[in-house]
Amino acid sequence: MTRQLLLEHINVPGINTFEVYRRMGGYSAVEKAIKTMGPEGVLEEVKTSGLRGRGGAGFPTGMKWSFLAKPEGVPRYLVCNADESEPGTFKDRYLMTYIPHLLIEGMIVSSFALGAHTSYIYVRGEMMQQIRILEQAIAEAKANGFLGKNILGSGYDLEVYVHPGAGAYICGEETALLESLEGKRGNPRIKPPFPAVSGLYNCPTVVNNVETIAATVSIINDGGAEYAKIGIGRSTGTKLISAGGNLNKPGVYEIELGLPVEEFIYSDEYCGGIANGKQLKAVVAGGSSVPILPANLILKTIEGAPRLMSYESLAEGGFVSGTMLGSGGFIAFDEDQCIVRNTWNFTRFYHHESCGQCSPCREGTGWMEKVLFSIENGQGRSSDMDLLVNVAKNIEGNTICPLGDAAAWPVASAIRHFRDEFEWHVNNPVESQSRNYGLANYAIMANS
Amino acid sequence: MSEGKIKVSIDGILVEVEPGTTIMNAARQIGGDVVPPAMCYYSSLEGSGGKCRTCLVKVSKGSEKDPRPMPKLVASCRTGVMDGMEVQNITSPEVLEARKGIVEFLLINHPLDCPVCDQAGECDLQNLSYKHGIEETRYNFDRRTFEKIDIGDKIKLHMTRCILCYRCVMVADQLTDKRVHGVLGRGDVSEISTYISNAVDNDFSGNMIDVCPVGALTDRTFRFKNRVWFTKPVEAHRDCPTCSGKVTLWYKGEEVLRVTGRKDEFGELEEFICNDCRFDKKATSDWVIDGPRSVKNTSVISSNHYELPAPPPVIKENLKLQTENKKQLERAEKLK
Repeated sequence: MTRQLLLEHINVPGINTFEVYRRMGGYSAVEKAIKTMGPEGVLEEVKTSGLRGRGGAGFPTGMKWSFLAKPEGVPRYLVCNADESEPGTFKDRYLMTYIPHLLIEGMIVSSFALGAHTSYIYVRGEMMQQIRILEQAIAEAKANGFLGKNILGSGYDLEVYVHPGAGAYICGEETALLESLEGKRGNPRIKPPFPAVSGLYNCPTVVNNVETIAATVSIINDGGAEYAKIGIGRSTGTKLISAGGNLNKPGVYEIELGLPVEEFIYSDEYCGGIANGKQLKAVVAGGSSVPILPANLILKTIEGAPRLMSYESLAEGGFVSGTMLGSGGFIAFDEDQCIVRNTWNFTRFYHHESCGQCSPCREGTGWMEKVLFSIENGQGRSSDMDLLVNVAKNIEGNTICPLGDAAAWPVASAIRHFRDEFEWHVNNPVESQSRNYGLANYAIMANS
Repeated sequence: MSEGKIKVSIDGILVEVEPGTTIMNAARQIGGDVVPPAMCYYSSLEGSGGKCRTCLVKVSKGSEKDPRPMPKLVASCRTGVMDGMEVQNITSPEVLEARKGIVEFLLINHPLDCPVCDQAGECDLQNLSYKHGIEETRYNFDRRTFEKIDIGDKIKLHMTRCILCYRCVMVADQLTDKRVHGVLGRGDVSEISTYISNAVDNDFSGNMIDVCPVGALTDRTFRFKNRVWFTKPVEAHRDCPTCSGKVTLWYKGEEVLRVTGRKDEFGELEEFICNDCRFDKKATSDWVIDGPRSVKNTSVISSNHYELPAPPPVIKENLKLQTENKKQLERAEKLK
């Protein structure tokens, strides 16, 4: 059984209340951090732990924290990004629903390390239930002296506020989130300056994912060195994976990074194989924006080494034969799924969610959607695949924020790995309306 | 090296600039072909730029201290220069390729109704696509359209032509009080609009027309009156209590068809002018003429600025030739 750091007590009845959470050893990290470690000590432990951002980019958290500018007389902010909106990802919602005090405890520890006296949890607007749960948890923590003025008699003050968003995907991008938090239109800012220098209300700000902040609790409790022992290489610790799609047991799993992908899909401890005895066709390993991989490439790298659930192993082969761990939204497709339809569906999402600020993303996402829609509906042309690849290339890297990349990667990778399926759609416009292509032709792909 | 200045090389041309200058402005100090095109950046509007992505350049050497190249193309209008930075604009095929892609993106939903657009001839998007665009479209879907709306009695908003550069929103934000228009909606259906069709009523609102790089915001007092290349620009000024009063008058014969601010070589207004000067002072007697405006000979506007050739002396003596020549002159006048 994997070591559980985040979800250890998830099955204890009443863990969402302060009393039970405290009885299970909760809020000991706050006591330890404030009474014995001090802000520098906490930062050092997080650096030692090698914890990397769990929101998708995988930037080392300790390094991010140490970049925070600390000018005199200017407040600093910690903002928790709970605007979980990547299709396929639902780990943060799970965490906030069932064990909200873990996030609150992490918020206190992290804010203490950063010297922030006001912190925000920016929650996606659709998650009304989670907003109420978090507000309840904050009120309980406050009543027990872990929030508010003079926490545990140390003289450290902290207020945590829950801020509901309005449900825009783009507000999960950190600078758009800050704009939205300030009450403005959620358009991403142009970097530099980075939030660590000029973020919320032009003050130094750190934006971290829910899971990242929750992970600091066990780092403080057990020590950064202990945390770094879990995992493989530079991918340390445990990660929540939201497994979805055609799996026998979809759900949120906490895994030790470095777990083989094959074991994750087929072992009974985790997803339990593909549902209805079907075969695996493709996997999106880290939320809809990462490149899709066919079954042969997700189970083994192009060199034949087994693919592991870690930042490095999934990225092996770059964008030619690799993908990314991303936010851990693991979507499995069986042989009955249509890659063209799925790609169109993803692109439709990015078209709808593009903020419209910069031209490549505003115009390009809509264009790709229309082309994919026509292929899916039997009006495709043989030149459309090259067109899509070219449009995706023109969007990628030329936009203000990563949404453009996120829209371009799934399209480019789907055509790279499943070109024969796209061509089949174009060449058999009538047949493609009544049946799916079936399993991918892996032999062709290995040679190309 | 002069005191406090830093050295940057753009396309191999060295220039010394103040610290904090953007790549765009450093390139403008050099001038000529190395200046990246700008559709949304406007030097006098704070926070503008970074949106249209036409000014993307490659930074092949970050600085003297950190010579690593930047991983992506950067927006030159919003990226500050560092000492020893090396920038590639027109010498980088990657940049030209990306720019071509951007121009295509800007055009796929643009109506391309230049033949009936008042901006034609002085349109930034037109110039940009002539220089960087591809000849044919690969986009075969319906283009998005919007209803035309009047914002106030002087300005017409034709959102279909808009490329969402946000310049007019910034003019309204930074130049006038009580902004009543902004961006509504999201993604490719977002539009510049006024809240519940409020009229834009402000002393300086007319500058939105001048900053608009395309024909989305046009002057209702000039709409469909003439093509810009048939009018003659003349610099003039007046003693205006509200603004600097320095303008360009656009003449057709004796008549002033429209008044705009004076634009510099990068298509930016030198000074913003008030609505009084722009819309209400349309008689030569209102103005002190400074002289003809110099127009680049590459511009279509310059094509009609030559005096009609005087008839050669031989015509004066031949009656038949005289009548024939008169007919030709009249026809030429009509065409003009």
